[in-house]
Amino acid sequence: MTDNVLIKVEDLKKHYNGGNVKALDGINCEIQKGEVVVIVGPSGSGKSTLLRSLNLLEIPTSGRIFFEGVDITDKKVNINQHRQKMGMVFQHFNLFSNMTVLKNMTKAPMTLLKMSKEEAEAKALELLDRVGLKDRADAYPSQLSGGQKQRVAIVRALCMNPDVLLFDEPTSALDPEMVGEVLDVMKSLAHEGMTMVVVTHEMGFAREVGTRVIFMDEGRIIEENNPNDFFENPQNPRLKDFLSKVL
Amino acid sequence: MTSVLLSIGTPLTEFIDDLKFVFIEKDRYLQLLTGFLNTLKITAGALFIGVIIGIVIAAVRTSYDKNRESMKLRGGLGYYVLGILNAVCKVYLTIIRGTPVVVQLMISYFVIFAASDNGVLVGIFAFGINSGAYVAEIFRAGIMSVDNGQFEAGRSLGFNYFQTMRYVVIPQMFKAVLPTLCNEFIALLKETSVAGYVGVIDLTKAGNVIAGRTFQYFIPLITVALIYLVMVMILSWLVGRLERRLRKSDR
Repeated sequence: MTDNVLIKVEDLKKHYNGGNVKALDGINCEIQKGEVVVIVGPSGSGKSTLLRSLNLLEIPTSGRIFFEGVDITDKKVNINQHRQKMGMVFQHFNLFSNMTVLKNMTKAPMTLLKMSKEEAEAKALELLDRVGLKDRADAYPSQLSGGQKQRVAIVRALCMNPDVLLFDEPTSALDPEMVGEVLDVMKSLAHEGMTMVVVTHEMGFAREVGTRVIFMDEGRIIEENNPNDFFENPQNPRLKDFLSKVL
Repeated sequence: MTSVLLSIGTPLTEFIDDLKFVFIEKDRYLQLLTGFLNTLKITAGALFIGVIIGIVIAAVRTSYDKNRESMKLRGGLGYYVLGILNAVCKVYLTIIRGTPVVVQLMISYFVIFAASDNGVLVGIFAFGINSGAYVAEIFRAGIMSVDNGQFEAGRSLGFNYFQTMRYVVIPQMFKAVLPTLCNEFIALLKETSVAGYVGVIDLTKAGNVIAGRTFQYFIPLITVALIYLVMVMILSWLVGRLERRLRKSDR
């Protein structure tokens, strides 16, 4: 099954303040094609740092990350090319506020993939239609609600035809009534077989959609398992403690 | 030789006679026109140079602040090149902002370009270099005011640093700094009035020359002041229009 490995992380460390703060303290993990890996853990456990390291938004202190067989921590690798294949969705949406929704979605494919304007716009509109926002194509981000922004952010990432989507607490900044609409989009993506790595506090999503759940604490992976065993039969006392607080 | 007070009090015909004497006789209005055009040339040229220098320096300085940690980790020559560029920018900012523009202008004309007698070109150079320092800091503040998430989103899609700056950060930065930038342009326009120090006939110098020739101070100087005022008002109006257009995305 090794040819199915999409991302492989080897002994990844991220230290701040000359090693006093260990945000990541030796992470090893593999992500297979088609998996929906959900990373949970208390705040400050390093889960966002790990996710952001996967596309090198955080530069790790040491360790290696293989993406589709290429060591992207290698200085000679052009990270911009690999990032095109790793879509990212942020907690605060980060839609480009100077562009319309349509432009947000077409700028990168047209510039980086040399897609024609017609092709990029057709694809963008089709994706917008899927998330129910086709009529907002010409709106600016400031005119959208939080849930709408996040749905646009997801389809913006999809416009680049990524091989994996990274979600960094995609529902944490949303009003409660908007969480569902975003999770629904993520669920349908998962069902279509999109490989996803999701940092979230939505335990329901982890249980229902995740194929594997990872628990992190103090920069380490403490436990990982399929959702059922993860939630029904936790082993590590720290995970038991964590679950007792969040469930 | 009517005094200022008298010329205000004289009847209209006499005032028109004075105007004719000051501007029409010996085609003195041509001097004013030359001065006006030179002021425009120097301001426009300096503006252009200032904005280019400003963008480059602001990009270097913010990039240094933002990327030095990660570049150090990634290693390579880039870290040192950026460090040196940043130091050069800081020296430039210190010198330019630490000395009067008239002194810089005179050094440019009498020392650096002593061989040239094209005062307008030297003026464009000196005022451009001067303005660049202020514009750089305005742009730097603007870039820092753009949420870092915008930058990260650009990079996460695969844009490189320069593409992210060009498509995402600089358009937003520009909108944020437009009022301050307009201020700087107005200041620049008026600062060029010291160009006379190096023998350039700019608007102020032209007014002064006419005043000296005719011994009439009121009419030429008020005229010069009015021309500056109208130029600044037109500039503010244009910037205001641009601002409204850019604000479209804020609804």
